[in-house]
Amino acid sequence: MRLLPAIALALILVPAAGAACPSASDLEDELICPTCKTTLDQSNAPVARQIKAYVARRVEDCASKEQIKDELVADFGPSVLAAPPREGFHWLAWILPLAGLLVAAGVVSVLVWRWSRSRSVEAAADSNGRPPLDPELERRLDRELARYDD
Amino acid sequence: MTGRLKLAAQVLALALVTGLFALLVWKLATQDEGAAPKLGRGETPPAPGFRLDRLDRPGKLSLASYRGRPVIINFWASWCIPCKEEAPLLESVWKQYRGRGLVVLGVDINDVRGEARRFARENRMSYPLVYDGPGETTTDYGLTGVPETFFVARSGRLVCERLQAGVHQEANKERFDECVQEVLGT
Repeated sequence: MRLLPAIALALILVPAAGAACPSASDLEDELICPTCKTTLDQSNAPVARQIKAYVARRVEDCASKEQIKDELVADFGPSVLAAPPREGFHWLAWILPLAGLLVAAGVVSVLVWRWSRSRSVEAAADSNGRPPLDPELERRLDRELARYDD
Repeated sequence: MTGRLKLAAQVLALALVTGLFALLVWKLATQDEGAAPKLGRGETPPAPGFRLDRLDRPGKLSLASYRGRPVIINFWASWCIPCKEEAPLLESVWKQYRGRGLVVLGVDINDVRGEARRFARENRMSYPLVYDGPGETTTDYGLTGVPETFFVARSGRLVCERLQAGVHQEANKERFDECVQEVLGT
C-alpha cells in the first residue's frame, strides 16, 4: 500500500524526464542548413552533417530543444531556425499571415453578405424585374382595385 | 457608393502591385555582386570591411586594424577537406613573411564554433582567425564556397586574383606565390 504513492510519483516523473531529452529527429526538421537552405533532415551538405553530429551529441547530453537551438543561433544566427522565434520583431512573421487571413475573411464576408442581399431583393422583384411595392401602397392599391370589382 | 468602393479597391490593388514591382526592380538594381566579380574584371575594389569575433582568443578583430599592411584573407570551414590540406602552406607563409608585415587572416564561415576551434588547434593554425558563423562576409566578397583566398594590398584594395579551391593545389600554387609577392611589393 505504501508503494502506491511511489509508483504514482514514478509514473509522473518518468515521462517528464523523457520529455526533457529531445530526439535528434525532433530537431532536424526545425533547423536549416546554412549553405543549402533546406532543413537538416533533407540535407547531406558537409555543414548539415556537422550540425547533425553536434545535435546528436547535445541530445546525448540531454540538453533541451530550446537550449540546443539557442546554441546554434549563437553560432549561425536566427536564420538557422526553420521557423522564426516568437519574440520581438520576429513576431511579425507569425502575426502578418494571420492578420492577412482575417482581413481577407472579412472582405469575403462583406462581399458575400452584399451579394446575398442583392440576390434576395432580385428574388423578391416581380417578373418585370421591378422591386416589390411598399406594403402600405400595396394595401391601398388593393382597396382601390376592390372598389372597381364592386 | 458601391462603384466608388470598387474603384478605390482597384486603385489600392494596383498601387500594391506597382509598389511590390518597384521594390523588386530596386532590389535587383542595387544589390551588390560582391568584390570577387569586380576583381575578376581586373578592377581593384576596396576589401569589404568586417569586424568579427576572434576564434583563437577572446575579443573582436576588424580588418581595418590591418590597414597599411598586406593581408591574405583565407575563407575556410572545419568541414572542408581542402581547407585542412592548405592550412600548412598558409601557416608557413605567415611564419615566413610576418616579419615583413604580412598578415594571414583566416575567416571561418558557416561552421560550429567549437568544431572550428578544434580544427584550428589540430592543424596548428597560429595566424589570426575570426569567426563568421552566419557567413555574413560571403555576400560582400562574392564567395561561391570554401576555401577561397583574397589578397589585400597595403592600400586596403583587393589585388591579384581570388583563388578558389586550396592554395596548395597544383592549379593554384604558382599563382598563390605570385600573389603573395605582389601584395608584399605593394
